[in-house]
Amino acid sequence: MPSFKPVLLEAVGVPDGHTLASYVARGGYAPVAKTLGEKQPADVVEMVKSSGLRGRGGAGFSTGLKWTFLPKDHPGPIYLCVNADESEPGTFNNRILMEDDPHQVIEGIILSSYATRASTAYLYLRYEYPKSWQRLQAAIDEAYAAGWLGKNIKGSSFSLDVYLHRGAAAYICGEETGLIESLEGKRAWPRIKPPFPAIEGLFRKPTVVNNVETMACVAQIARRGVEWFKSIGVPADPNNPRDPGSYGPKLYCLSGHVERPGCYEAPLGITARQLIEEHGGGVWKGRRAKAVIPGGISMGLMTESELDTPLDFAGPGKVGCLGLGTAAVVVIDDQTSIVDFLHNSCRFFAHESCGQCTPCREGTSWSLRMLERIKAGKGRLKDLDILQEIGNTMGMMPGSTICGLADGAAWPIKNAIKKFRGEFEDYIKRTNPSGWMVTEPVPALQIVGAH
Amino acid sequence: MIARKKILTDEMVAKIESLAPRYPNRRALTLPALHVVYAELRHVPLEAVVEIAELLGLAPAEVQDTLSFYQFFPQEKPCGQVRAFVCRSVSCALRGGDQLLEHLCHANGIEPYGTTPDGRLTIEPAECLGACDFAPCILANDDLLASMTPEAAQAELEKPRGRAT
Repeated sequence: MPSFKPVLLEAVGVPDGHTLASYVARGGYAPVAKTLGEKQPADVVEMVKSSGLRGRGGAGFSTGLKWTFLPKDHPGPIYLCVNADESEPGTFNNRILMEDDPHQVIEGIILSSYATRASTAYLYLRYEYPKSWQRLQAAIDEAYAAGWLGKNIKGSSFSLDVYLHRGAAAYICGEETGLIESLEGKRAWPRIKPPFPAIEGLFRKPTVVNNVETMACVAQIARRGVEWFKSIGVPADPNNPRDPGSYGPKLYCLSGHVERPGCYEAPLGITARQLIEEHGGGVWKGRRAKAVIPGGISMGLMTESELDTPLDFAGPGKVGCLGLGTAAVVVIDDQTSIVDFLHNSCRFFAHESCGQCTPCREGTSWSLRMLERIKAGKGRLKDLDILQEIGNTMGMMPGSTICGLADGAAWPIKNAIKKFRGEFEDYIKRTNPSGWMVTEPVPALQIVGAH
Repeated sequence: MIARKKILTDEMVAKIESLAPRYPNRRALTLPALHVVYAELRHVPLEAVVEIAELLGLAPAEVQDTLSFYQFFPQEKPCGQVRAFVCRSVSCALRGGDQLLEHLCHANGIEPYGTTPDGRLTIEPAECLGACDFAPCILANDDLLASMTPEAAQAELEKPRGRAT
């Protein structure tokens, strides 16, 4: 494999890499000047569409195609919302981009706003990123002062304002319509779709919601070209007309039980094993991996024998995971109890379910209660079947919820019990020798700490 | 008639109003307004909710509905001068996040979500802080405390620290 040079992370480790001067010296903003001077918005849409760029936030939908869903000849306003609510456990690639190279993100925002004819862009930033907040605000101020933002950018007829909007520590605000509701000043309850945001979004106007890394990719495509972007990654499967391929560089977040946790840029399609061995220095303390989360906790679990799965948009699904998600790879070593892992996962989703849809609110809460009871030595084998049933019935896929949070809660449950059932059964039999076989209903334990 | 003492100062109102041109309606100022009040008072009492509602032309229940959803803004009393969020999500948990939280609560004689009697420190469990490369980690006001041991974390939390922005 030819050596791969990081592009999205090129500012990492560069002194003052977050400043305008550094970004311009690296070739930044030149594509904006060229685009505003020579190209029509439709050209930029076409460029992004033909690059094959798929959204980096988790769902992997084609960015260019998403833009084309906006109504034609709309009198405006059209809004761009940049989703920087990055809250998926294990994920921190947006934080690195915003802290170390905020101008790359802003350049992507300018180009994307031009393409979608948006004149206002809101960057919805999670509360937990104060350094990103400061760096972004400083970068936005610099960009205004240099004429890259504001009225009639560089003498063109295009004007753009970019505003930071701060969240308040709620995972659901990363769901695009939850984000919109939150920005409007309401509780972040996701909306029923359709209408999709492209038709009726923020303030009931046509809206595009894109991830921070997607913005950075747009900037790089404008600078380096479609051919460059398509030369990286995994081409579309010719035998599968529904596979649009996985092109471009990707930021993989590696954490958990590895020697060197960190954010690593690699071509889409690197395997989990390569990532752990070549970038992460291997599983820590010379141990073996028991399980690996492929892309944030919502995506479920891969076993050790599945680690050669390519981490492209199609890969994790082939081994029963939900998808690539945020490409946050979390390594769980062989000394860790999978019961503890699932308890942690259930606690997260019980805490973060917004409470709007009953199957999710109750399903996440009861799955946590059951894991609490199992951990307290009162589990029964029947609990595993009930947990599976919860996993199979809550979510958008079974059709019982408005958004995908419940699918994300369900996947770790389904994967853990399917792939590690023996460990759960051993644990239950060992910790509850007199009651593991009971099948009659038993009372829940009083639990603390979910909220 | 005795004039009721306002919770929102002129400075807070000016700060909120300075953000108004960014949005096409005033309801979108709800979260920014809550943040402005919280940054000053370290809590958002009900009286402030009523005043924010008045300022934005909303019903107090609308502001309270939004506020309560996030479970982020304390209402009863201010949180400590240092509000420490201890991450308990998967990457930190794998490296001792739960033990870290337990140790810090024990060392400071408080329960999770509690504040020390001198009002100096609040400790709260948090879901993923997005710093999994530095697990286990803590967000203390604006400072990320990276790759913490229980002892190092306690020492960090005893240091004076700038207020959250």
